[in-house]
Parts: sequence; structure tokens; C-alpha cells
Amino acid sequence: VTAGTAVLDRRAWHQTVMGMPVSVHVRGERVDGDVPAAVASLYAELRSVDAVFSTYRDDSEVSRLARGELRRRDCSPDVREVLTLCDLARRRTGGAFDARRRLPDGGTAVDPSGLVKGWATERAARHLARLPGLDWYVCAGGDVVGHVASDARPAWRVGVEDPADRELLVAVLPLRDGGVATSGTAARGDHVWDPDTGRPVRSRLASVTVAGPSLLWADVLATALFVRGVDAAPAVAADGYEVLLVHRDGSVEHLPPG
Amino acid sequence: MRRIVVAAASTVSGLVLVLAYPTSLNRQAAPATALPGSGQSQSATGGAGSGASQSGSTSDGTVTGDAVMTQWGVVQVEVQVSGGKVASARAVQVPDGNPMDQRINSVAVPILEQETVAASSAQIDVVSGATVTSEGYISSLQSALDQAGL
Repeated sequence: VTAGTAVLDRRAWHQTVMGMPVSVHVRGERVDGDVPAAVASLYAELRSVDAVFSTYRDDSEVSRLARGELRRRDCSPDVREVLTLCDLARRRTGGAFDARRRLPDGGTAVDPSGLVKGWATERAARHLARLPGLDWYVCAGGDVVGHVASDARPAWRVGVEDPADRELLVAVLPLRDGGVATSGTAARGDHVWDPDTGRPVRSRLASVTVAGPSLLWADVLATALFVRGVDAAPAVAADGYEVLLVHRDGSVEHLPPG
Repeated sequence: MRRIVVAAASTVSGLVLVLAYPTSLNRQAAPATALPGSGQSQSATGGAGSGASQSGSTSDGTVTGDAVMTQWGVVQVEVQVSGGKVASARAVQVPDGNPMDQRINSVAVPILEQETVAASSAQIDVVSGATVTSEGYISSLQSALDQAGL
């Protein structure tokens, strides 16, 4: 905080929601008042999203959709919105991001989980965004959306985890407004699936981090780059998103947004 | 955790936080038991004072953080500050029987190298990585940041 700016107070919360750790950090001249209620609303919204979208819950709307018990047009507006975004993401990434899963019997099932996280986190963050003068970020399972209310205040500093050693960082990205998402196999083993083969991705990359105006799209683009490799990275950068590629040999390639 | 943050200057506080974190890596036997979808709260709140540590200009010299009792033992870190940045760091106190020195170095060196990239402080606010499960979360830098309310 530079001279002339009031001392900023900080506060943090952490809960496990949607099967992942979700942290909320705020910074401002006042972090009491409306802030705790806004944070509570954010978590409440994520929990209700989980009830609808969880593939771990047999009774969730998405599970019923996957079993064919529910038709798409009979789904709730939220589910239809996410499915539409999944279609858009598939087109925008030339099929590299695909929420459809091949089943062993040859059929397909819809699993929008890969998009829901970014969509829900970004949407839930609006509870913080409407508080004037508040800096905030939300970190949901390694994906970050954040905002800094004033140019006089420092950007949030987002450390990018080294996929080879999670104690280390490979870079630090400043974040003033928007999202940062990382796709890779570091934390959870193979959890990114190749839509062409229906098998876990054997990427030439160790991880891909994408930063830009929207967390949802940063997340989609990071997944797509991880699946399809480096060739599409310049197009992503040209689209206004910053790209950080960590290769299997540990080398780091940085493409500024263009 | 707060004491060390308040006591140290800005570049120091972030680093100390990161340095204090590896202690947890050696005590990973108690993973979070949260199941997918469960919403147990583990709120960690910071508060008045922690933000203030960013305001001062750091004079060159040696800064020793408070000795902080963690659940793994006492951690105390000393840093050399030069030109307003952390030039080096070492643990002057670590939990007994804990092979922490190497771990500290393995974390501190890359963080320090970030200094040249970021040309700011060593503080990291948040960590982006591939999806972290609840179980893996405790071995993430992010948990340290949350716990400190930083």
C-alpha cells in the first residue's frame, strides 16, 4: 500500500465446497460490515450449485440428466445455461474442451463439471463485487477470480504452482480484475480427458495457466491448451488471455496477452 | 502465525509465511476428511494489523521474525534485506527432529528468484494450480496463506 492510501485491513475465509477448497480473501479500509454476509452468500450459492451439478450425488439434476431421466429442455435455467456454455466452449476450442464423455457402451454422457467450477465461482463472486471499495479474490481448487478496487492498491499476486513440485512456484502473475486458471495433472493425477480418445490426456505439457478477463474462459482455455498442446496458445493470447506453459522438461513459456 | 506477520516488514512477512509452511509437509498424516460436497467451515481470519505490514519501507539489514509456535513446533526465520528486498533467508529455529532446513531452502530459493521477475515483494497472495482436492489442500501453499489470514 503506497503512501497516502489508508491502511488496508484483510480477512480470509476457507470452506470445502463442491469437493474442493474454496478460499475468500478480502482487503479494504473496512472488511467488516457487509462483507461477512456477502461471503456467506457466496458459499451458500456454491453449495446450492453443488446440489444441482454434482456428479457425486445420484439425485442431482446433472446425474439425472446423465442417466437420461431428465431431458435437457426440462432442466433448470442454470443447468441449461451451463450446457449452452459447454456447447460454446466446445466450438470455441475446436472440440478440445468437450463436456461429453464417451461411455464404454458407445453412448455419451454429459459431465459439465469442467466448466461448472469456473462458472459458479465467477458467478458467486458477484456477492463481493457489489461491495464498493473492496478488493477480493476467490480461490476455488486452484483457480482464482479477483478484483482490486483502486489503481493505488497493489495487484493480487498469484503464484503459479510448479507442477513438478507443489512446494515451488514457477511464476507470479499480478491480478487486478479477472481470472487465473491452471490445468494439469499435478494435483489430482489424470483428471483431464481427451474427448477424441475418451482416455486421460497424455499431454506434452506439465501444466497450462491462463489468465484473463473471465475465469470461466480462462479455465476452458487452459483445459483446451492442455489437451491440444501448444499450437493453439498464440490464438489464445491473441484473444486477450495470458498463457503460461510449463513443459514436461520444466521449461516455462510465457505468452503475454496480445 | 499473526505475530510473525505483524512483527516483520512486508517483504519479510510473505516470505516468512511461505517458509513457515513446509513444517506441515512433514506431518501430513491427518488429511482433511471432507467428502465431496461437504461444507465444513474452517474459517481463518486475519484482521487489523496484517495489512499494515505492507506500508513501511524496509531498511537494509537483518530482520528476525518472532519465534512462532506452530502445531509442529517452534519456527523462527531470519532474513537479510537488501535494497528493500529479501536477499536471503534462513531458519534459526525449527521443530526438533524435523528435516526442515532443506525444505526451507527448496522453497525459499525459488521464491527469492521470483523477486527478480516480479520486482516487488516476495509476498504471494494466492496460489493457482491444477485442481486441488481437499486432501491435497493441506500440502498447498494456499492453506498457509489462508491460515495466516494474509
